[in-house]
Amino acid sequence: MLAPAFADPVLASQAVFRSLMDAMARPGTIVATSGLARAPRPLSLAAAAVTLTLFDFETPMWLDPALAQSPEVVGWLRFHTGAPLTDDPQRAAFGLIADPSKMPQLAAFSQGSMEYPDRATTLVVQVERLSNDRGVWLSGPGIKGSRTLLASPLPADFVARMRANRALFPRGVDIILAAGEMLAALPRSAHVAAELA
Amino acid sequence: MERESPADIATLTGRRGVMATLADAHAGEITRGLAALGDDIDYVELRPVETGLVMVQGRIGGDGATFNLGEATVTRAAVRIPSGEVGFSYVLGRDRDKARLAALCDALWQNVSTRAPLEHHVLTPIKARQDTERAQRCAQTAATRVDFFTLARGED
Repeated sequence: MLAPAFADPVLASQAVFRSLMDAMARPGTIVATSGLARAPRPLSLAAAAVTLTLFDFETPMWLDPALAQSPEVVGWLRFHTGAPLTDDPQRAAFGLIADPSKMPQLAAFSQGSMEYPDRATTLVVQVERLSNDRGVWLSGPGIKGSRTLLASPLPADFVARMRANRALFPRGVDIILAAGEMLAALPRSAHVAAELA
Repeated sequence: MERESPADIATLTGRRGVMATLADAHAGEITRGLAALGDDIDYVELRPVETGLVMVQGRIGGDGATFNLGEATVTRAAVRIPSGEVGFSYVLGRDRDKARLAALCDALWQNVSTRAPLEHHVLTPIKARQDTERAQRCAQTAATRVDFFTLARGED
């Protein structure tokens, strides 16, 4: 059954947009999203709030098999965002991933072009846990010194994938990590280094 | 794209008929009609009722190119009733109550158990009023009819 989305779409999407801007400007910081009471499983609240804020009829979305198999999620996204579905990750403006252990390579998505780096795909990756206590080391624009970010579960070679993504700069994908109501961003400008053992 | 079955097409035609009637109805008369269906009809608003603009396109003649005539104010609503049917409505103007009620009628019409009472208590009285008014207008207009004719002047 189709479920409602934001109770107050204008204010809620502006608030989530502001949180996203902060998260993107300071990669790795964990911010809260609010305004959404519930989302169809397996979509998390933060990921759902991001879709309601950013997706529209001009942004084709690619769903990973875990989400694409749920008619409830697909119906909910189609109704509330109006975004068209695409099977081709290269054409997607947004990629939604609920099962990060099986996520495709970042290179499978659109990397943008040198003329239009903004045409790269933005990935929304759902994880179970986000924390700044330990994890991978982040540095780069928006980070004073360095910052640690733990997101799990992620593919074992995630650091290598991010390093390859950074090498493409100004091309490359941006990543939004969502866990429950919280989210953190890893824009393409961030340098990611492995955690010290 | 799935192909539409004849049943789908019949439902679609029926819903269009309901909307055609409701488009020209007042919020008050829909409320009065719905009151006969039961005290409190339960429903959820899938998205808040909102008002916006749509571009109205026009075309002169059957083979003319479409052009943008102008923008019209519309209010849209989407509601879901407990049995799962989802009703939609887009109505001209800014009457939020009417948009919500029209969407509710659309949902109720799709449910087989509420279709007949809806037709009986809500749609039939509204249709009757519209028909009476139309007939009255036609009669008034017909009374002012002038038949023109031209006398042959015999020049040719």
